[in-house]
Amino acid sequence: MMENPLLEQSSGVLSYEELRRHPSYPSEERYRKGPIAVIECVEAIPCNPCQTVCHRTVITVGEPITNLPRLIDQEELCNGCGQCVVICPGLAIFIIDKTFSETEAAVTMPYEFLPLPAKGDRIRGVNRAGREVCGGYVHKVRNVKGYDRTVVVTVAVPKEFADEVRFFRRAG
Amino acid sequence: MKTELAVIGGGPAGLCAAIEAAQRGVEVTLVDENQRAGGQLFKQIHRFFGSEEHLAGVRGLTIGEMLLEDARKYGVKVALNTVAWGLFSDRQIGVTAPDGVDTLEPQKVVVATGAIENSLSFPGWTLPNVMGAGAAQTMVNVHRVLPGQRVLIVGSGNVGLIVAYQLLQAGAEVTAVVEALPGISGYQVHASKIVRMGVPILCRHTILRALGTECVQKAEIARVDERFNPVPGSERLLDVDLICIAVGLRPLAELCHMAGVRFEYYPALGGHVPLHDSTMQTTLPGVYVAGDVSGIEEASSAMEEGRLAGIAVSVALGKVDPQAGAKDLAEAGRRLRALRLGPYGDDRHEAKEKIVQSCGQGAR
Amino acid sequence: MRVLHHPILGDAPAARAVTIHVDGRPVQALEGEMIASALTAAGIKRFRTTSRGRDPRGIFCAIGRCTDCVMEVNGRPNVRTCVTPVEAGMTVNTQVGLGVWK
Repeated sequence: MMENPLLEQSSGVLSYEELRRHPSYPSEERYRKGPIAVIECVEAIPCNPCQTVCHRTVITVGEPITNLPRLIDQEELCNGCGQCVVICPGLAIFIIDKTFSETEAAVTMPYEFLPLPAKGDRIRGVNRAGREVCGGYVHKVRNVKGYDRTVVVTVAVPKEFADEVRFFRRAG
Repeated sequence: MKTELAVIGGGPAGLCAAIEAAQRGVEVTLVDENQRAGGQLFKQIHRFFGSEEHLAGVRGLTIGEMLLEDARKYGVKVALNTVAWGLFSDRQIGVTAPDGVDTLEPQKVVVATGAIENSLSFPGWTLPNVMGAGAAQTMVNVHRVLPGQRVLIVGSGNVGLIVAYQLLQAGAEVTAVVEALPGISGYQVHASKIVRMGVPILCRHTILRALGTECVQKAEIARVDERFNPVPGSERLLDVDLICIAVGLRPLAELCHMAGVRFEYYPALGGHVPLHDSTMQTTLPGVYVAGDVSGIEEASSAMEEGRLAGIAVSVALGKVDPQAGAKDLAEAGRRLRALRLGPYGDDRHEAKEKIVQSCGQGAR
Repeated sequence: MRVLHHPILGDAPAARAVTIHVDGRPVQALEGEMIASALTAAGIKRFRTTSRGRDPRGIFCAIGRCTDCVMEVNGRPNVRTCVTPVEAGMTVNTQVGLGVWK
């Protein structure tokens, strides 16, 4: 698929450096322990369903509800269940698992389009700016009635792209 | 036809006002000119923000169904296909229903008539397939018809950004979103999700003209400077067949105006708005407003304003004791206040505070 | 173009086809849908022309508030097609200017 040439000039792209400065962004040390929800929500909007839905109560927004969500999982670890991925009205939460394999990371994201991908589909990993940055494949597709039509898709990409890939396109 | 409470408009604000009042024993007649109530809820297929008590995470269309069910459950009389064309200073309402013209004689009125999209004038703006972004959203999400395949969106507020996403969901291609201001007007998260899908958001850009004979065939955009003048040489021709204008909404408050309610102008709320107090009563006793008609916000705040009005009417009609009513009003007020927090809410909150103050000082 | 499969709305519900007549030509519509939807699905975008310039006009607000989409329906002009449902055998004509009452 031809990329839109106007994308080069687009606003609205959060840089990884900007995101990393947020208190809730995981450290590399935490990534080594397993999957974790990464909440790319940087504005003070009255919103807290990620806190409400988290079984392990590791996501906190508190009061006022414009606080940015913080994921603090020192005692009980986030296990990447994905409930927060499903409920976020901004589709801004991803599960990143840098321990997926020796060479790959798993990026789990909300997906609300047709056709649905299938396990094994080859994909191109797409970054926040809408550019294809790497290859990969679909590891898992969770389409559960309780998710109210938000499908949860996990793609496997080369580990070095774990902090960049936040969408995908079918390859070929 | 006499009734205790007449609610004009069956969107989120009107439904919530009707439900709160009916629950407390008020006899409610709700009129709506459409075939189905729900206002703009049914085209909002996305999840709402807020907290659990605001139904955060629930899709707009689901909330629509919940409210219709509650209205039915509490015995709200809903008159569909019924246009309220007149509101008079004695609170009488002229309506035209399928079987003819009638007059409602309510003791109290809640006007919840919502808003209309603004338009933007540029050469070619009247061509078929130049429409409101909300209009395209209605065509796709309510009527399941896509008016075009390659879209330009003008305006990067939440409506423009959300409609871009929903047009992608319906199978269209969004060529660009243009925004005249230096920064994106809507939420970062709404911007992020369309840019990662390959939709460019071009700030400091505007539409110069729409081209076509029968309908939109191309759009010319250009960069603009700090004074919003097009920068010569920056013009680009885009191959689009649908242009969605997302430059804000303004209240549909004609009924309040004709009845003699006092208005003031607040840009933060979309322009001329009817004054109201903290219980949503206007400068005309017994006439309340709720939702976008009283200032452009969102469905969540419309619901809470509707609840305030419904509770206030119940107290005014003596259906509940003032103390219980005051407690419920305070709760609804607290929920409403929470929705106006933060940089996206401060201007609205400030404007609403001024409205309540002005209303208190006004002639009654 | 009709959206038959949608990730949130699901599959389009089964609906009976009805025929309406647009400027004398038969157009397939779905029972209960708005005239403007049927025309849009059929690729018709010009609903009326203005009095002086004879400029084409179509849908603007789609919720019955702006009157850009009005047409002559069953002989009656100024009918807001975005909020008026189709009926089998309905005649829908491109309105010129303020239209003509028949």
